Amino acid sequence: MPDEFVLRVVLAALGVALAAAPLGCFVLWRRMVYFGDTVSHAALLGVALALVLSLPVVLGVLLMALMVAAIILTAESRLHHVDTLLGVAAHSALALGLVAVALLGGAEVDLMRYLLGDILAVGWNDVAVIWGGAILCLGLLIWRWRRLLIASLDRDLALARGLKPRREAALFTLALAVLVAVAIKVVGALLISALLIIPAAAARPMAATPERMALLAALAAAASALLGLFASFRFDAPTGPSIVVAALLVLVMSGLGAAIFRRLRTATEGIQTIENSG
Amino acid sequence: MSEKLIETRNLGLVRDGRTVLDGVNFSIHPGEIVTIVGPNGSGKSSFLKCLIGALKPTSGKITQRRGLPIGYVPQRLDLDRTLPMQVARFLRLAGGDAKGRLAMVTRLGIGNILDRQLGELSGGQLQRVLLAHALVGAPELLILDEAAQGLDQPAVASFYTLIETVRREIGCAVLMVSHDLHVVMSASDRVICLNRHVCCEGTPTVVSAAPEYRQLFGYGTEGALALYRHEHDHRHDPARETGGGHLDRHEDQQEGHSDAG
Repeated sequence: MPDEFVLRVVLAALGVALAAAPLGCFVLWRRMVYFGDTVSHAALLGVALALVLSLPVVLGVLLMALMVAAIILTAESRLHHVDTLLGVAAHSALALGLVAVALLGGAEVDLMRYLLGDILAVGWNDVAVIWGGAILCLGLLIWRWRRLLIASLDRDLALARGLKPRREAALFTLALAVLVAVAIKVVGALLISALLIIPAAAARPMAATPERMALLAALAAAASALLGLFASFRFDAPTGPSIVVAALLVLVMSGLGAAIFRRLRTATEGIQTIENSG
Repeated sequence: MSEKLIETRNLGLVRDGRTVLDGVNFSIHPGEIVTIVGPNGSGKSSFLKCLIGALKPTSGKITQRRGLPIGYVPQRLDLDRTLPMQVARFLRLAGGDAKGRLAMVTRLGIGNILDRQLGELSGGQLQRVLLAHALVGAPELLILDEAAQGLDQPAVASFYTLIETVRREIGCAVLMVSHDLHVVMSASDRVICLNRHVCCEGTPTVVSAAPEYRQLFGYGTEGALALYRHEHDHRHDPARETGGGHLDRHEDQQEGHSDAG
Protein backbone atom coordinates (compact mmCIF):
# COMPACT_ATOMS: atom_id res chain seq x y z
CA MET A 1 0.00 0.00 0.00
CA PRO A 2 2.07 2.92 -1.23
CA ASP A 3 -0.51 5.50 -0.06
CA GLU A 4 -0.30 4.39 3.52
CA PHE A 5 3.47 4.35 3.31
CA VAL A 6 3.55 7.94 2.08
CA LEU A 7 1.15 9.02 4.80
CA ARG A 8 3.35 7.42 7.47
CA VAL A 9 6.48 9.11 6.21
CA VAL A 10 4.79 12.51 5.86
CA LEU A 11 3.30 12.28 9.35
CA ALA A 12 6.64 11.29 10.86
CA ALA A 13 8.50 14.15 9.18
CA LEU A 14 5.83 16.71 10.06
CA GLY A 15 5.77 15.63 13.71
CA VAL A 16 9.50 16.08 14.10
CA ALA A 17 9.57 19.36 12.16
CA LEU A 18 6.69 20.94 14.08
CA ALA A 19 8.23 20.15 17.47
CA ALA A 20 11.80 20.97 16.47
CA ALA A 21 11.13 24.48 15.16
CA PRO A 22 9.82 26.21 18.33
CA LEU A 23 12.39 24.35 20.43
CA GLY A 24 15.01 25.54 17.96
CA CYS A 25 13.95 29.15 18.59
CA PHE A 26 14.88 28.73 22.24
CA VAL A 27 18.11 27.01 21.23
CA LEU A 28 19.01 30.19 19.33
CA TRP A 29 17.77 32.61 21.99
CA ARG A 30 19.59 30.78 24.76
CA ARG A 31 22.77 30.46 22.64
CA MET A 32 22.69 26.70 22.91
CA VAL A 33 23.42 25.73 19.32
CA TYR A 34 26.47 23.72 20.23
CA PHE A 35 24.65 22.23 23.19
CA GLY A 36 21.99 20.84 20.86
CA ASP A 37 24.75 19.37 18.74
CA THR A 38 26.33 17.68 21.72
CA VAL A 39 23.08 16.18 22.94
CA SER A 40 22.22 14.81 19.52
CA HIS A 41 25.70 13.37 18.99
CA ALA A 42 25.41 11.66 22.36
CA ALA A 43 22.35 9.94 20.94
CA LEU A 44 24.58 7.51 19.12
CA LEU A 45 26.02 6.33 22.41
CA GLY A 46 22.41 5.84 23.41
CA VAL A 47 21.89 3.54 20.47
CA ALA A 48 24.79 1.42 21.71
CA LEU A 49 23.38 1.48 25.23
CA ALA A 50 20.00 0.29 23.96
CA LEU A 51 21.64 -2.57 22.08
CA VAL A 52 23.57 -3.73 25.14
CA LEU A 53 20.60 -3.58 27.48
CA SER A 54 18.10 -4.75 24.84
CA LEU A 55 16.06 -1.58 25.41
CA PRO A 56 14.02 0.22 22.78
CA VAL A 57 16.35 2.56 20.87
CA VAL A 58 14.20 5.59 21.75
CA LEU A 59 14.65 4.90 25.45
CA GLY A 60 18.41 4.37 25.20
CA VAL A 61 18.82 7.58 23.23
CA LEU A 62 16.63 9.52 25.66
CA LEU A 63 18.61 8.29 28.67
CA MET A 64 21.97 9.04 27.11
CA ALA A 65 20.89 12.47 25.85
CA LEU A 66 19.63 13.36 29.31
CA MET A 67 22.78 12.09 30.97
CA VAL A 68 25.13 14.05 28.72
CA ALA A 69 22.94 17.14 29.07
CA ALA A 70 23.02 16.85 32.86
CA ILE A 71 26.79 16.45 32.86
CA ILE A 72 27.27 19.53 30.69
CA LEU A 73 24.80 21.64 32.64
CA THR A 74 26.49 20.90 35.94
CA ALA A 75 30.08 20.81 34.74
CA GLU A 76 32.10 23.82 35.68
CA SER A 77 35.68 24.29 34.76
CA ARG A 78 38.21 26.92 35.64
CA LEU A 79 40.49 25.87 32.82
CA HIS A 80 38.11 25.51 29.90
CA HIS A 81 35.46 27.67 28.38
CA VAL A 82 32.05 26.03 28.06
CA ASP A 83 32.54 25.98 24.27
CA THR A 84 35.58 23.78 24.70
CA LEU A 85 33.72 21.38 26.97
CA LEU A 86 30.84 21.13 24.50
CA GLY A 87 33.22 20.52 21.62
CA VAL A 88 35.00 17.78 23.54
CA ALA A 89 31.72 16.19 24.61
CA ALA A 90 30.08 16.37 21.16
CA HIS A 91 32.86 14.73 19.24
CA SER A 92 33.85 12.25 21.91
CA ALA A 93 30.24 11.14 22.26
CA LEU A 94 29.99 10.67 18.51
CA ALA A 95 33.27 8.76 18.31
CA LEU A 96 32.50 6.64 21.36
CA GLY A 97 29.07 5.92 19.95
CA LEU A 98 30.46 4.82 16.59
CA VAL A 99 33.04 2.58 18.24
CA ALA A 100 30.53 1.15 20.72
CA VAL A 101 27.91 0.42 18.10
CA ALA A 102 30.50 -1.31 15.93
CA LEU A 103 31.88 -3.37 18.81
CA LEU A 104 28.59 -4.26 20.46
CA GLY A 105 26.17 -4.34 17.61
CA GLY A 106 28.26 -6.34 15.24
CA ALA A 107 27.50 -6.41 11.57
CA GLU A 108 23.74 -6.43 11.78
CA VAL A 109 23.47 -2.79 12.96
CA ASP A 110 23.27 -0.41 10.07
CA LEU A 111 25.02 2.69 11.37
CA MET A 112 23.83 4.92 8.57
CA ARG A 113 20.29 4.44 9.86
CA TYR A 114 21.18 6.26 13.06
CA LEU A 115 23.62 8.78 11.66
CA LEU A 116 21.49 10.01 8.80
CA GLY A 117 18.11 8.64 9.74
CA ASP A 118 15.93 6.25 7.83
CA ILE A 119 12.51 7.75 7.58
CA LEU A 120 11.40 5.34 4.89
CA ALA A 121 11.56 2.54 7.46
CA VAL A 122 9.17 4.12 9.95
CA GLY A 123 6.19 2.08 10.99
CA TRP A 124 2.97 3.20 12.61
CA ASN A 125 4.61 2.53 15.97
CA ASP A 126 7.33 5.02 15.16
CA VAL A 127 4.79 7.58 14.01
CA ALA A 128 2.98 7.20 17.32
CA VAL A 129 6.22 7.60 19.29
CA ILE A 130 7.19 10.67 17.24
CA TRP A 131 3.83 12.39 17.73
CA GLY A 132 3.78 11.45 21.40
CA GLY A 133 7.22 13.00 21.84
CA ALA A 134 6.34 16.02 19.74
CA ILE A 135 3.19 16.72 21.75
CA LEU A 136 5.15 16.29 24.97
CA CYS A 137 7.79 18.80 23.79
CA LEU A 138 5.25 21.34 22.59
CA GLY A 139 3.14 20.92 25.73
CA LEU A 140 6.17 21.54 27.93
CA LEU A 141 7.07 24.57 25.87
CA ILE A 142 3.57 26.07 26.00
CA TRP A 143 3.27 25.35 29.72
CA ARG A 144 6.56 27.11 30.58
CA TRP A 145 6.46 29.65 27.73
CA ARG A 146 6.39 32.89 29.72
CA ARG A 147 8.84 31.70 32.35
CA LEU A 148 11.24 30.26 29.77
CA LEU A 149 11.05 33.46 27.77
CA ILE A 150 11.91 35.69 30.73
CA ALA A 151 14.71 33.33 31.76
CA SER A 152 16.09 33.40 28.20
CA LEU A 153 15.81 37.18 28.08
CA ASP A 154 17.86 37.92 31.17
CA ARG A 155 18.78 35.67 34.06
CA ASP A 156 18.83 38.35 36.77
CA LEU A 157 15.51 39.75 35.63
CA ALA A 158 14.01 36.28 35.95
CA LEU A 159 15.51 35.76 39.40
CA ALA A 160 14.22 39.10 40.64
CA ARG A 161 10.75 38.03 39.53
CA GLY A 162 11.06 34.95 41.71
CA LEU A 163 11.56 32.57 38.77
CA LYS A 164 14.11 29.78 38.79
CA PRO A 165 16.16 29.95 35.57
CA ARG A 166 17.99 26.72 36.38
CA ARG A 167 14.73 24.82 36.64
CA GLU A 168 13.55 26.29 33.35
CA ALA A 169 16.86 25.31 31.76
CA ALA A 170 16.49 21.77 33.06
CA LEU A 171 12.94 21.44 31.73
CA PHE A 172 14.00 22.84 28.38
CA THR A 173 16.85 20.36 28.21
CA LEU A 174 14.39 17.57 28.93
CA ALA A 175 12.29 18.69 25.97
CA LEU A 176 15.42 18.76 23.82
CA ALA A 177 16.37 15.23 24.85
CA VAL A 178 12.86 13.95 24.09
CA LEU A 179 13.00 15.53 20.65
CA VAL A 180 16.40 14.03 19.89
CA ALA A 181 15.15 10.61 20.98
CA VAL A 182 12.14 10.64 18.68
CA ALA A 183 13.83 12.42 15.78
CA ILE A 184 16.89 10.23 15.42
CA LYS A 185 15.03 7.79 13.19
CA VAL A 186 13.81 10.54 10.86
CA VAL A 187 16.82 12.82 10.39
CA GLY A 188 19.58 10.95 12.20
CA ALA A 189 22.02 12.05 14.90
CA LEU A 190 24.12 14.18 12.59
CA LEU A 191 21.36 16.40 11.30
CA ILE A 192 18.97 16.82 14.22
CA SER A 193 20.38 20.17 15.24
CA ALA A 194 20.07 21.39 11.66
CA LEU A 195 16.33 20.88 11.96
CA LEU A 196 16.35 22.79 15.23
CA ILE A 197 18.38 25.74 14.06
CA ILE A 198 17.70 26.34 10.37
CA PRO A 199 13.91 26.89 10.42
CA ALA A 200 14.25 29.12 13.51
CA ALA A 201 16.96 31.15 11.80
CA ALA A 202 14.78 31.38 8.69
CA ALA A 203 11.92 32.79 10.77
CA ARG A 204 14.01 35.43 12.53
CA PRO A 205 14.04 38.18 9.84
CA MET A 206 10.24 38.13 9.54
CA ALA A 207 9.34 38.12 13.22
CA ALA A 208 8.76 41.02 15.58
CA THR A 209 7.83 38.97 18.63
CA PRO A 210 9.04 35.62 19.99
CA GLU A 211 5.62 34.04 19.44
CA ARG A 212 5.54 34.99 15.78
CA MET A 213 9.08 33.68 15.35
CA ALA A 214 8.08 30.30 16.82
CA LEU A 215 5.00 30.06 14.59
CA LEU A 216 6.91 31.08 11.47
CA ALA A 217 9.66 28.61 12.34
CA ALA A 218 7.09 25.82 12.63
CA LEU A 219 5.69 26.84 9.25
CA ALA A 220 9.17 26.91 7.70
CA ALA A 221 9.99 23.52 9.20
CA ALA A 222 6.77 21.93 7.95
CA ALA A 223 7.37 23.33 4.46
CA SER A 224 10.96 22.04 4.52
CA ALA A 225 9.81 18.59 5.59
CA LEU A 226 7.28 18.33 2.77
CA LEU A 227 9.63 19.82 0.18
CA GLY A 228 12.50 17.60 1.33
CA LEU A 229 10.36 14.46 1.24
CA PHE A 230 9.10 15.29 -2.23
CA ALA A 231 12.62 15.91 -3.51
CA SER A 232 13.86 12.77 -1.85
CA PHE A 233 11.20 10.64 -3.60
CA ARG A 234 11.58 12.46 -6.89
CA PHE A 235 15.37 12.34 -7.12
CA ASP A 236 15.96 9.30 -4.94
CA ALA A 237 18.09 11.34 -2.51
CA PRO A 238 18.60 10.46 1.17
CA THR A 239 15.58 11.78 3.04
CA GLY A 240 17.04 13.40 6.18
CA PRO A 241 19.66 15.39 4.27
CA SER A 242 17.04 16.37 1.66
CA ILE A 243 14.85 17.87 4.39
CA VAL A 244 17.81 19.84 5.72
CA VAL A 245 18.70 21.10 2.24
CA ALA A 246 15.08 22.17 1.79
CA ALA A 247 15.26 24.04 5.11
CA LEU A 248 18.40 25.78 3.90
CA LEU A 249 16.54 26.88 0.76
CA VAL A 250 13.73 28.29 2.91
CA LEU A 251 16.31 30.14 5.01
CA VAL A 252 17.96 31.69 1.97
CA MET A 253 14.60 32.71 0.52
CA SER A 254 13.50 34.26 3.80
CA GLY A 255 16.76 36.19 4.09
CA LEU A 256 16.50 37.45 0.51
CA GLY A 257 12.83 38.29 0.96
CA ALA A 258 13.53 40.28 4.11
CA ALA A 259 16.38 42.17 2.44
CA ILE A 260 14.27 43.06 -0.60
CA PHE A 261 11.39 44.12 1.65
CA ARG A 262 13.69 46.43 3.62
CA ARG A 263 15.07 47.91 0.41
CA LEU A 264 11.60 48.58 -0.94
CA ARG A 265 10.47 50.13 2.32
CA THR A 266 13.42 52.52 2.60
CA ALA A 267 13.04 53.34 -1.09
CA THR A 268 9.35 54.26 -0.77
CA GLU A 269 10.09 56.19 2.40
CA GLY A 270 12.79 58.07 0.48
CA ILE A 271 10.35 58.88 -2.32
CA GLN A 272 7.80 60.07 0.19
CA THR A 273 10.35 62.33 1.82
CA ILE A 274 11.26 63.80 -1.54
CA GLU A 275 7.61 64.33 -2.42
CA ASN A 276 6.90 65.93 0.92
CA SER A 277 9.83 68.27 0.70
CA GLY A 278 9.20 69.06 -2.97
CA MET B 1 8.47 52.58 60.61
CA SER B 2 6.56 49.39 59.98
CA GLU B 3 8.02 45.98 59.20
CA LYS B 4 11.14 45.61 57.10
CA LEU B 5 10.77 44.59 53.48
CA ILE B 6 14.11 42.87 53.28
CA GLU B 7 16.92 42.47 55.76
CA THR B 8 20.42 41.03 55.71
CA ARG B 9 22.32 39.93 58.78
CA ASN B 10 26.05 39.53 58.75
CA LEU B 11 26.01 38.86 55.02
CA GLY B 12 29.28 37.56 53.64
CA LEU B 13 30.28 36.66 50.10
CA VAL B 14 33.51 35.10 48.90
CA ARG B 15 34.09 34.77 45.17
CA ASP B 16 37.16 33.14 43.68
CA GLY B 17 38.87 33.29 47.05
CA ARG B 18 38.30 37.03 47.32
CA THR B 19 36.13 38.50 50.06
CA VAL B 20 33.54 40.59 48.26
CA LEU B 21 31.19 41.25 51.17
CA ASP B 22 31.87 40.88 54.85
CA GLY B 23 29.34 41.18 57.66
CA VAL B 24 26.86 43.41 55.88
CA ASN B 25 23.82 44.35 57.95
CA PHE B 26 21.11 46.06 56.00
CA SER B 27 17.39 46.63 55.98
CA ILE B 28 14.90 48.71 54.05
CA HIS B 29 11.43 49.81 55.12
CA PRO B 30 8.33 50.42 52.99
CA GLY B 31 8.52 53.64 51.01
CA GLU B 32 12.17 54.37 51.81
CA ILE B 33 14.73 55.48 49.22
CA VAL B 34 18.12 54.01 50.03
CA THR B 35 21.23 54.54 47.96
CA ILE B 36 24.34 52.43 48.20
CA VAL B 37 27.56 54.17 47.28
CA GLY B 38 31.03 52.75 47.27
CA PRO B 39 34.27 52.72 45.32
CA ASN B 40 35.26 50.43 42.50
CA GLY B 41 35.03 46.76 43.47
CA SER B 42 33.33 47.52 46.77
CA GLY B 43 30.72 44.82 46.25
CA LYS B 44 27.74 47.08 45.53
CA SER B 45 26.46 45.15 42.54
CA SER B 46 27.24 41.83 44.20
CA PHE B 47 25.18 42.91 47.18
CA LEU B 48 22.17 43.65 44.98
CA LYS B 49 22.64 40.31 43.24
CA CYS B 50 22.53 38.60 46.62
CA LEU B 51 19.27 40.38 47.40
CA ILE B 52 17.57 39.26 44.18
CA GLY B 53 18.96 35.75 44.56
CA ALA B 54 21.39 35.83 41.64
CA LEU B 55 24.33 35.21 43.97
CA LYS B 56 24.32 32.91 46.95
CA PRO B 57 25.88 34.45 50.03
CA THR B 58 28.69 32.46 51.65
CA SER B 59 27.58 33.38 55.14
CA GLY B 60 24.88 35.32 56.92
CA LYS B 61 21.17 35.50 56.32
CA ILE B 62 18.73 37.30 54.07
CA THR B 63 15.16 37.58 55.26
CA GLN B 64 12.54 38.89 52.93
CA ARG B 65 8.91 39.60 53.67
CA ARG B 66 6.90 36.69 52.31
CA GLY B 67 5.70 37.28 48.75
CA LEU B 68 7.44 40.64 48.45
CA PRO B 69 7.00 41.88 44.86
CA ILE B 70 10.38 43.16 43.66
CA GLY B 71 10.92 45.27 40.56
CA TYR B 72 14.46 44.99 39.25
CA VAL B 73 16.11 47.34 36.76
CA PRO B 74 19.38 45.82 35.52
CA GLN B 75 22.23 47.87 34.13
CA ARG B 76 21.45 46.49 30.73
CA LEU B 77 19.82 43.47 29.19
CA ASP B 78 21.80 40.45 28.17
CA LEU B 79 19.63 40.27 25.06
CA ASP B 80 20.48 37.92 22.23
CA ARG B 81 19.90 39.48 18.82
CA THR B 82 18.15 36.35 17.59
CA LEU B 83 15.35 37.01 20.09
CA PRO B 84 12.83 39.42 18.55
CA MET B 85 11.25 41.47 21.31
CA GLN B 86 8.95 44.38 20.72
CA VAL B 87 8.71 46.89 23.56
CA ALA B 88 4.97 46.21 23.87
CA ARG B 89 5.55 42.45 24.12
CA PHE B 90 8.29 42.97 26.67
CA LEU B 91 5.94 44.99 28.86
CA ARG B 92 3.17 42.38 28.53
CA LEU B 93 5.71 39.82 29.73
CA ALA B 94 5.83 41.68 33.04
CA GLY B 95 2.21 40.75 33.69
CA GLY B 96 -0.33 43.08 35.27
CA ASP B 97 -3.45 44.34 33.52
CA ALA B 98 -3.63 46.30 30.29
CA LYS B 99 -4.91 49.41 32.07
CA GLY B 100 -2.00 49.49 34.49
CA ARG B 101 0.46 48.97 31.66
CA LEU B 102 -1.05 51.78 29.63
CA ALA B 103 -0.85 54.11 32.61
CA MET B 104 2.83 53.24 33.07
CA VAL B 105 3.55 53.72 29.37
CA THR B 106 1.99 57.19 29.49
CA ARG B 107 3.71 58.00 32.79
CA LEU B 108 7.15 57.14 31.42
CA GLY B 109 6.54 58.64 27.98
CA ILE B 110 7.32 55.53 25.95
CA GLY B 111 4.05 55.36 24.00
CA ASN B 112 5.80 56.23 20.74
CA ILE B 113 8.29 53.36 20.85
CA LEU B 114 5.95 50.48 21.68
CA ASP B 115 6.42 48.79 18.31
CA ARG B 116 10.21 49.14 18.32
CA GLN B 117 12.58 46.28 19.03
CA LEU B 118 14.38 46.33 22.39
CA GLY B 119 17.72 46.00 20.64
CA GLU B 120 17.16 49.19 18.60
CA LEU B 121 16.52 51.50 21.54
CA SER B 122 18.86 54.22 22.73
CA GLY B 123 20.30 53.96 26.24
CA GLY B 124 17.77 56.39 27.71
CA GLN B 125 14.82 54.73 26.00
CA LEU B 126 15.92 51.29 27.14
CA GLN B 127 16.24 52.49 30.74
CA ARG B 128 12.69 53.84 30.65
CA VAL B 129 11.38 50.60 29.17
CA LEU B 130 13.23 48.56 31.80
CA LEU B 131 11.82 50.83 34.50
CA ALA B 132 8.32 50.42 33.11
CA HIS B 133 8.80 46.64 33.02
CA ALA B 134 9.91 46.68 36.66
CA LEU B 135 7.01 48.88 37.77
CA VAL B 136 4.19 47.11 35.91
CA GLY B 137 3.90 44.41 38.56
CA ALA B 138 3.28 47.09 41.23
CA PRO B 139 6.42 46.23 43.21
CA GLU B 140 6.82 47.23 46.83
CA LEU B 141 10.56 47.33 46.38
CA LEU B 142 12.27 48.73 43.30
CA ILE B 143 15.92 47.78 42.89
CA LEU B 144 18.12 49.65 40.42
CA ASP B 145 21.65 48.58 39.60
CA GLU B 146 23.55 51.61 38.29
CA ALA B 147 20.51 52.19 36.17
CA ALA B 148 21.63 55.54 34.81
CA GLN B 149 24.96 54.27 33.60
CA GLY B 150 25.83 55.29 30.08
CA LEU B 151 23.34 58.15 30.02
CA ASP B 152 24.54 61.71 29.58
CA GLN B 153 24.20 64.19 32.44
CA PRO B 154 20.79 65.73 31.61
CA ALA B 155 19.39 62.25 30.95
CA VAL B 156 20.72 61.02 34.29
CA ALA B 157 19.10 63.92 36.13
CA SER B 158 15.74 63.45 34.41
CA PHE B 159 15.90 59.69 35.00
CA TYR B 160 16.30 60.15 38.75
CA THR B 161 13.58 62.80 38.82
CA LEU B 162 11.37 60.28 37.08
CA ILE B 163 12.15 57.63 39.67
CA GLU B 164 11.33 60.07 42.45
CA THR B 165 7.95 61.04 40.99
CA VAL B 166 7.02 57.48 40.20
CA ARG B 167 7.94 56.45 43.71
CA ARG B 168 5.76 59.16 45.17
CA GLU B 169 2.83 57.91 43.10
CA ILE B 170 3.30 54.19 43.66
CA GLY B 171 4.74 54.43 47.15
CA CYS B 172 7.28 51.65 46.68
CA ALA B 173 10.62 51.53 48.43
CA VAL B 174 13.64 52.18 46.21
CA LEU B 175 17.08 50.67 46.61
CA MET B 176 19.73 51.80 44.20
CA VAL B 177 23.39 51.52 43.62
CA SER B 178 25.00 54.51 42.10
CA HIS B 179 28.03 56.65 41.82
CA ASP B 180 26.18 59.70 40.63
CA LEU B 181 26.39 60.96 44.17
CA HIS B 182 25.46 64.59 43.68
CA VAL B 183 22.25 63.61 41.90
CA VAL B 184 21.38 60.64 44.04
CA MET B 185 22.14 61.99 47.45
CA SER B 186 19.46 64.65 47.49
CA ALA B 187 16.78 62.14 46.57
CA SER B 188 17.72 59.56 49.19
CA ASP B 189 16.31 59.11 52.66
CA ARG B 190 19.35 57.13 53.61
CA VAL B 191 22.77 56.57 52.10
CA ILE B 192 24.86 53.51 52.78
CA CYS B 193 28.55 53.69 52.17
CA LEU B 194 29.74 50.22 51.26
CA ASN B 195 33.24 48.89 50.89
CA ARG B 196 33.00 45.15 51.57
CA HIS B 197 31.35 46.12 54.84
CA VAL B 198 29.06 49.02 55.69
CA CYS B 199 31.44 51.88 56.41
CA CYS B 200 28.80 54.34 57.43
CA GLU B 201 25.15 55.04 56.85
CA GLY B 202 22.60 57.72 57.56
CA THR B 203 20.91 60.67 55.94
CA PRO B 204 22.78 62.18 52.99
CA THR B 205 24.05 65.10 55.09
CA VAL B 206 25.23 62.85 57.90
CA VAL B 207 26.99 60.49 55.52
CA SER B 208 28.69 63.16 53.47
CA ALA B 209 30.11 64.59 56.69
CA ALA B 210 31.14 61.24 58.14
CA PRO B 211 34.91 60.63 58.38
CA GLU B 212 34.49 57.13 56.91
CA TYR B 213 32.81 58.57 53.88
CA ARG B 214 35.46 61.27 53.58
CA GLN B 215 38.09 58.64 53.79
CA LEU B 216 36.49 56.61 51.03
CA PHE B 217 35.74 59.44 48.70
CA GLY B 218 38.15 62.15 49.75
CA TYR B 219 37.09 65.74 50.22
CA GLY B 220 34.85 67.27 47.64
CA THR B 221 32.02 69.67 47.28
CA GLU B 222 29.09 67.76 48.73
CA GLY B 223 30.41 64.50 47.47
CA ALA B 224 30.23 65.48 43.83
CA LEU B 225 33.97 65.70 43.43
CA ALA B 226 34.63 63.19 46.15
CA LEU B 227 33.55 60.62 43.65
CA TYR B 228 36.66 61.12 41.58
CA ARG B 229 39.10 60.74 44.40
CA HIS B 230 39.05 57.69 46.55
CA GLU B 231 41.35 54.94 47.60
CA HIS B 232 40.85 51.51 46.23
CA ASP B 233 41.88 49.46 49.22
CA HIS B 234 40.91 51.67 52.04
CA ARG B 235 41.82 50.93 55.60
CA HIS B 236 40.80 52.97 58.56
CA ASP B 237 44.34 54.18 58.81
CA PRO B 238 44.96 57.92 58.81
CA ALA B 239 48.53 57.50 57.62
CA ARG B 240 47.32 56.23 54.28
CA GLU B 241 44.79 58.95 53.84
CA THR B 242 47.19 61.25 52.03
CA GLY B 243 48.28 58.43 49.76
CA GLY B 244 46.05 59.90 47.13
CA GLY B 245 43.04 58.50 45.36
CA HIS B 246 43.85 57.17 41.98
CA LEU B 247 40.56 56.22 40.50
CA ASP B 248 38.56 58.18 38.10
CA ARG B 249 35.01 57.81 36.94
CA HIS B 250 36.13 55.91 33.92
CA GLU B 251 37.37 52.96 35.91
CA ASP B 252 34.21 53.01 37.97
CA GLN B 253 32.21 52.41 34.87
CA GLN B 254 34.37 49.49 33.90
CA GLU B 255 33.67 47.98 37.25
CA GLY B 256 29.99 48.10 36.40
CA HIS B 257 30.61 46.15 33.24
CA SER B 258 32.60 43.40 34.82
CA ASP B 259 30.08 43.06 37.62
CA ALA B 260 27.32 42.49 35.17
CA GLY B 261 28.78 39.24 33.90
